[in-house]
Amino acid sequence: MHAFHYHRPASAKDAASLVTKNSESRFLAGGQSLVQAMKLRLSSPSDLVDLGSLKELSFVKASGGGVEIGAMTRHAEVAASKDVQKAIPALATLAGMIGDRQVRNMGTIGGSLANSDPAADYPAAALGLGATITTNKRQIEADKFFTGLYETALEPGELITSVSFPAPKRAAYMKFKNPASRFAIVGVFVADFGGKVRVAVTGAGASVFRQAEMEKALSAKFAPESVANIKVKSDGLNNDLHASPEYRAHLITVMAKRAVEAALK
Amino acid sequence: MFFPEEDRMAIKVSMKVNGKPVSAEVEERTLLVSLIRDTLRLTGTHVGCDTAQCGACTVHMNGKAIKSCSIVAMQAEGAEILTIEGVAKADGTLHPMQQAFKENHGLQCGFCTPGMVMNALEFAKGRPNPTEDEVRESLEGNLCRCTGYHNIVKSIVAGAKAMGGKL
Amino acid sequence: MNAPLIGARVARKEDYRFLTGAGQYTDDISLPNQAYAAFVRSPHAHARIKSIRLDKAKKAPGVLGIFSGQDLADAKVGGLPCGWLITDVNGQPMKEPPHPCLAQGKVRHVGDQVAVIVAETLAQAKDAAELVEVDYEVLRAVVDAAAATKSKVAVHDGVPNNTCYVWALGDKNACDAAFAKAAHVTKLEFINNRLVPNAIEPRAAIGGYSRADDAYTLYVSSQNPHVERLLMTAFVLGLPEHKVRVVAPDVGGGFGSKIYLYAEDVVVTWAAKQLNRAVKWTAERSESFVSDAHGRDHVTVAELAMDKDGKFLGMRVKTTANMGAYLSTFASCIPTILYATLLAGQYTTPAIYCEVTAVFTNTTPVDAYRGAGRPEATYVVERLVETAAREMKIDPAEIRRRNFIRSFPYQTPVALQYDTGNYDATLDAALELSDRKNFEQRKAQSLKNGKLRGLGYAAYIEACGIAPSAVAGALGARAGLFEAGEVRVHPTGSVTVFTGSHSHGQGHETTFAQVVADRLGLPLENVDIVHGDTSKVLFGMGTYGSRSLAVGGTAIVKALDKVIAKGKKIAAHLMEAAEGDVEWDRGTYKVAGTDKKKTFGEVAFAAYVPHNYPHDKLEPGLNENAFYDPANFTFPAGTYVCEVEVDKDTGVVKIERFTAVDDFGKIINPMIVEGQVHGGLAQGIGQALTEGCRYDAEGQLVTGSFMDYSIPRATDVPSFAVDTRETPCTHNPLGVKGCGEAGAIGSPAALMNAITDALGVKDLPMPATAQTVWRSLHKAA
Repeated sequence: MHAFHYHRPASAKDAASLVTKNSESRFLAGGQSLVQAMKLRLSSPSDLVDLGSLKELSFVKASGGGVEIGAMTRHAEVAASKDVQKAIPALATLAGMIGDRQVRNMGTIGGSLANSDPAADYPAAALGLGATITTNKRQIEADKFFTGLYETALEPGELITSVSFPAPKRAAYMKFKNPASRFAIVGVFVADFGGKVRVAVTGAGASVFRQAEMEKALSAKFAPESVANIKVKSDGLNNDLHASPEYRAHLITVMAKRAVEAALK
Repeated sequence: MFFPEEDRMAIKVSMKVNGKPVSAEVEERTLLVSLIRDTLRLTGTHVGCDTAQCGACTVHMNGKAIKSCSIVAMQAEGAEILTIEGVAKADGTLHPMQQAFKENHGLQCGFCTPGMVMNALEFAKGRPNPTEDEVRESLEGNLCRCTGYHNIVKSIVAGAKAMGGKL
Repeated sequence: MNAPLIGARVARKEDYRFLTGAGQYTDDISLPNQAYAAFVRSPHAHARIKSIRLDKAKKAPGVLGIFSGQDLADAKVGGLPCGWLITDVNGQPMKEPPHPCLAQGKVRHVGDQVAVIVAETLAQAKDAAELVEVDYEVLRAVVDAAAATKSKVAVHDGVPNNTCYVWALGDKNACDAAFAKAAHVTKLEFINNRLVPNAIEPRAAIGGYSRADDAYTLYVSSQNPHVERLLMTAFVLGLPEHKVRVVAPDVGGGFGSKIYLYAEDVVVTWAAKQLNRAVKWTAERSESFVSDAHGRDHVTVAELAMDKDGKFLGMRVKTTANMGAYLSTFASCIPTILYATLLAGQYTTPAIYCEVTAVFTNTTPVDAYRGAGRPEATYVVERLVETAAREMKIDPAEIRRRNFIRSFPYQTPVALQYDTGNYDATLDAALELSDRKNFEQRKAQSLKNGKLRGLGYAAYIEACGIAPSAVAGALGARAGLFEAGEVRVHPTGSVTVFTGSHSHGQGHETTFAQVVADRLGLPLENVDIVHGDTSKVLFGMGTYGSRSLAVGGTAIVKALDKVIAKGKKIAAHLMEAAEGDVEWDRGTYKVAGTDKKKTFGEVAFAAYVPHNYPHDKLEPGLNENAFYDPANFTFPAGTYVCEVEVDKDTGVVKIERFTAVDDFGKIINPMIVEGQVHGGLAQGIGQALTEGCRYDAEGQLVTGSFMDYSIPRATDVPSFAVDTRETPCTHNPLGVKGCGEAGAIGSPAALMNAITDALGVKDLPMPATAQTVWRSLHKAA
């Protein structure tokens, strides 16, 4: 790990102003991706602005039928939250499937979304549920948030403060894990808002994306057979040791079908 | 980022480790695991990988199992840390989870063992009767190359029972 | 007298320290005034080093010294030796290109070490390592074993066709004749996939040097400290052996990868003197991936000839074995001596011929990994046999029975002589334990659920207890393969035993103590086992090849018998009886036909306080040592049965049942033996299902971390059904055979037999990842 300067701001506001002082500064949320990258010297920020002690960013609130989750809320807290389990059980389940116990005890929703890892789980929930990401500057619709490989609509120094998820009628997430990293090779989040269905796919592309054909079919009829025969095009899908674009395309259909089955249970 | 030497400030970090207040002056880039192993010389917490997969470095921070290789020491400022050295009773009697590992041959080379035990301790809180499948799922963040997990799973089932859901 | 300890499920003596964090692995040790080493490694698979500029790095904070290959050459530090000379089919010695500790002129694999930086702190060493400027002229690389002999790339000068040797075993003419008269021939071509051992403790080494004594100490994560010392002093550093102490403290798993003398061990030892500082190096996992010797990597064509009843007539095997960029310590003997000799398996196949071409490539060196040659041999034999059964429409268990060896000793056509075995016993037990008879029902149920179910067997054999030194020597070994043990009885009758075997998870501190306590009739807690330190243990060849109990344990038994014999003389004197009238009854010397007796403790006390003592006949004290050179290999064998269910939609293979019935001869501690089997099974399952080391065409390691290389997790393996049958080894006093590798040897074939059965295909490459299985199904559809 390269040397850096460490800062512990007293408030989210301080954090945002601290991070702008040096263009190589980074926010440190749970650190489960960033510290790893720094250890391997793949990332070398000059300054880390640690959000860990900002209680104001750590909360789960039931709101308008859905939930609002503070950016620094740990995955384990979301998984265990009665409010989340009640409003959007699929979101609690998804949070409980991220990484492993130790990662879930440190990793945060804000950190995960800001990192926009192409194989992360939370982006599937955010996009699948049509979440709204609130920052210190504005609100961003999930549809406009994920802009590419490790890229988001966040501007330099912009800090996610919370994420609001509307509650669907039913939803489920199915993840096909990478056998080594345990990230998603393909993860599909299906959410039925009563005739209007959203399908978000993680792991398969440069960043999380919606699957329009499936959304249309499921909006017409929310049933596994609506997606079972949809052949997803493999063009542009990720290709690696563990899964070719063709295999990923196939898995999107299988995981979508299984997600619908799970949502109906 | 390379800083000139004079710019590399040591920074003070304080926390409670195994019930004892400790503070140390460390480089800002010091990982929690380095603080535990190199500064505090508590070498029961191990490092088995550099990608946060193996879990050998698992400790408890404020009662939660975390990978001490994946956070910088400063993130643990003011926290209560429990390492494997703090698990047995003061008189040396093994904790029921440790005892279960011993009785069920849940360890071979012993290198992953501290991490396994620390993970299992949190898992077993509130779960006196876990199934084998639940135990296997709970070990997602810990790698063992010796045991094939068979006896680790048995150990944790037995240890959880012995703990009765309480640490 | 205490209860017998042989066969007892004794909880391990070593566990307390491991469970409380009190284990002392190499990286846990800090020597006074310790500095830290970081290695600069090649990012290229093959390149000429045009220049190395160190000036910037030298000026970095905390740097104490930087050394490159030239520095080692100037200091006349030699290259790493290979411990086994293979003589090729033309009677010529194998090609042994230099294996420098730091690259000289060229790098030959990604991770090849180029320079070392020693600094006050580890962070400083790593920072400085980034400032070393190496100007490389990148060369084309050769990666695949199959391509190596025809490649235009020359990994080494003076090694035409990148060929280390072409070697053969068996009677080719007899084999060809067998094929000529065969009613059926089964042929398979496959790759035995390259694996990265990945002991969870990364390698580590701390070199120390004392000017006062002109002596070195090396703490190292090693399976065989004496061998490490011998190779390093005699062949690399040219140091007197008595000036070097090698300590292998607690070692966090080895699986073969910590047998070898590695460059880093030499460099930190040498640098310690140059800098007059202790120098510590601990591998990061990414370094382990490129610098620990890998395993397997064979490309094989194999054929089995049968008569119309499925009786095996002949087997022909042609293998290309990848050695990697350099010859690691025992690399040359793995695909030859430990591979081709096992091709008879459990069967009476009368004619076997095997030809092996060993090649150099621009990849990390390959050497022994759990099983070492024997998993590859078992894979060849058991995939062939199962496939033959399917092709001949004979039940796979039945075809094995038709060919089992049942008369012992049995001389195979591939050099080995099996002393004993009972292959029907393990097969019968495995069929029973796996509930074979209800498999069809379970298969039908799976089909109903839209899943495919398959069953596969593997009846393996291995040669352990390595090895009779004279035989090994005749085959090219450059070392003896005996073992040493010393029994030091203390005046009060407790015992410390020093063994040349090394424990890195196997539980020797318990198993060996059971052997000792049982034989001396002592409570277990009165016996301690010491290993891993050349300054304490008189000598040792170390632990690999499942040899510890069979060879190391026997050395201890021989020393114990000397102790008991001497004690008998002392007891006879104390009891004023003729030695011939004194009987030893586990812990007590008795005079036959009387009630006179002396406990072992009383005799020990008399030996150390020799007031009433036969000084005219005996020296005082009770301390004996023994060296044991085995008369033959041991031959553990068994049958594994694997049952899988395949998810057709995803290609995911789930192991529903895994049954292992092994014959390890006598068993000292069944709990530990079962643990060894479990661990071996998981590694074998890893090879078959999840693990595959992959390089790209440029020689970059694609699976260079746990993010891409999948060693099994708890959810990847089932609970195992294991059992044993006991046919004692005939040529060691304990009747033991060894159990450390069996699981890894038998399981890949059983699992691949099960998967191919489920899919209804002849073959599938390992690892059978979900994608591989899905592709196979997809192709079939």
